Amino acid sequence: MYKYDEYDTQIVSERVKQFRGQTERFFNGTLSGDEFLPLRLQNGLYVQRLAPMLRMAVPYGMLSSTQLRKLASLSRDYDKGYAHFTTRQNVQFNWPDMKDVPEILEQLSSVEMHSIQTSGNCIRNTTTDQFSGAISNEVVDPRPYCEIIRQWSTFHPEFAYLPRKFKIALNACPDADRAAILVHDIGIEIIRNEAGELGFKVFVGGGLGRTPVIGSEIRSFLPEKDLLTYLEAILRIYNRFGRRDNKFKARIKILVRALTPSKFAAMVEEEWQHLKDSDTKLTDAEIQRVKGFFTEPDYAMREHNPAVFNTARSENKAFDNWVKRNINTHKKPGYAIVTLTLKKTGVPTGDVSAKNLELIADMADQYSFGEVRVTHNQNIVLADVPQEQLFEVWQKAKAAGFATPNLGMLTDIICCPGGDYCGLANAKSIPVAEQIQVKFDDLDYLYDLGKIELNISGCMNACGHHHVGNIGILGVDKRGDEFYQVSLGGSSGRDASLGKILGPSFARSEMADVVEKIIAVYLEQRTEEELFIDTCRRIGIEPFKERVYAKVK
Amino acid sequence: MPKSSNGPELSKGPKLIRNGELIENPWTVLDKDFSGEIGTDFVLVPKVYWLEQAESLVSKTNIGVWLDSDEGPEELAPYLDKLATIAINFPKFADGRGYSYARLLRDRYAFKGEILAFGDILHDQLFYLKRCGFNAFVIREDKDAEVAMAGLNDFSNSYQAASDQPQPMFRRRAR
Repeated sequence: MYKYDEYDTQIVSERVKQFRGQTERFFNGTLSGDEFLPLRLQNGLYVQRLAPMLRMAVPYGMLSSTQLRKLASLSRDYDKGYAHFTTRQNVQFNWPDMKDVPEILEQLSSVEMHSIQTSGNCIRNTTTDQFSGAISNEVVDPRPYCEIIRQWSTFHPEFAYLPRKFKIALNACPDADRAAILVHDIGIEIIRNEAGELGFKVFVGGGLGRTPVIGSEIRSFLPEKDLLTYLEAILRIYNRFGRRDNKFKARIKILVRALTPSKFAAMVEEEWQHLKDSDTKLTDAEIQRVKGFFTEPDYAMREHNPAVFNTARSENKAFDNWVKRNINTHKKPGYAIVTLTLKKTGVPTGDVSAKNLELIADMADQYSFGEVRVTHNQNIVLADVPQEQLFEVWQKAKAAGFATPNLGMLTDIICCPGGDYCGLANAKSIPVAEQIQVKFDDLDYLYDLGKIELNISGCMNACGHHHVGNIGILGVDKRGDEFYQVSLGGSSGRDASLGKILGPSFARSEMADVVEKIIAVYLEQRTEEELFIDTCRRIGIEPFKERVYAKVK
Repeated sequence: MPKSSNGPELSKGPKLIRNGELIENPWTVLDKDFSGEIGTDFVLVPKVYWLEQAESLVSKTNIGVWLDSDEGPEELAPYLDKLATIAINFPKFADGRGYSYARLLRDRYAFKGEILAFGDILHDQLFYLKRCGFNAFVIREDKDAEVAMAGLNDFSNSYQAASDQPQPMFRRRAR
């Protein structure tokens, strides 16, 4: 994991001081509310429906046990004793007092954390695959490149006041995309060319929100050392020519679409000619230096599928189910990647109590080299667990409610905080998730359904990524009442696609029944090998529509 | 300071920060649609006016050009060795286009003169503006420029290269 040196420490502590000063000026009246707004946003501080919300950066989802414990203690001292993990691998406090924020930041800096650029119209946290470095089939560990981008984008003086927020994601897996790079402002796929050289395929203009778009490829191969100069060229074109007259048309996707991707690519290429040989071009020394922070942990030589593990599986069906669903194959024999699911029915998606944060920290120390990863599906990963300890891990996780073996299943719902917490929401989203989880609580039935992504957003800002859910649910406001629109056929992976709207929206109380009808159509129509998304794509939306909107006789 | 009805506001008065010092602001900004003759005062003329009359203006002293936030600097390239000051307007704090214009002037066109930021300029932009090549700033009239100056030095180091430091930190880090 990346460790701060004296430069990182200094920059973060100067930020704390700067923000303390800004907060003081706000409270003594020399900085107006309007003037403070963009400053506090660039530091992750929102004013929400009920209280301020502070979003803290978790660079590419990596957290140490020390950081988890600090989050736990801060949540007790300054919040209501829990933290919320977001769909961009970050973490939020929902109830801090604005006056306390400088102190929270000061304490965060002691564990190498901050809230820099977690909000506002600037370059946000760079995200990537939560299994990076532990999965076997990645081209290379993407995290060093994420860290290189983190440093370049932190307080970038030219790109602090972009037309709109800007999100970059990286993927290095040829057969999966857990970072949803095609729905980011810039999606970077790490690849090797025919000569075996490392480089990047670059996509721009993907995004969700009001105008969901799948990103367009603008460069098929960018050499490794050109990463930052090329990003700088894209950002400069966007900063200069992105729309600023309408907040809803200000994302880069609108510019790329207006110009066409090929024209946009040509403009970037032209700009890049001036930048590519500047000192911002990466060096071997820097790439190696950063890679040095992401070396393999001290893996032991272990037997693969040891007897104690196999026996536990055969003797305990519940454990076996969990292994089948919530474990991914590790690149090292005898190790496993464990996903702790934070989707227990009745607990808002992504919320973790201080006590459980500490429990996860203890588990990380005991079983997984003291580190965890936050996933964009709002779960937590222990990436390096010895197989022979899986039974113990399962028992602890189960006792804490983290072992619902529903990873990737219908009830592993991505869900924004919604109208219960968020000032932007048109409708509540958490009760809808809960209703669906209650209806589909039979695990065997869920397993039979196979992988289905269900995503819920409380408004068209799409924080719950409803456009790319196999089943997407969007909260809408109809004359002051909360209604829900359903879309089908979205996907965020390598075959990314946007869902199609089923038809008129539904009342909240109908939602679980609507999902049940959709599932019924799938069960009747599917062929043996088909996942929900495959059936959806093959038969189209009509059969679902007919069933859901059928007149009751 | 003459205020125009449709142009930006730039106050005359002791509020110009130049190379880190607070001095008298000599400049008057002429409206974007200004078309008359100019006198001997220090004036910043709009880009269109400059481009139309460049031949007669290049010999004058006491003159600079100002760019609005939707006017890129490219067309000024032929005149850069004749210009002492280029001012860039920030109609709104959140409009960040001027940062890119200054970087282009410094890094691409090697402009050595003064780049002046005016408009909605406050304490908290100064560090970024300085990094992008600005070396003169007119703080918004209702703010204390002396206090705001501290913003020039909010940070003592930076990760990335910019106009004030062509070497990114990774080329400077102690190894």
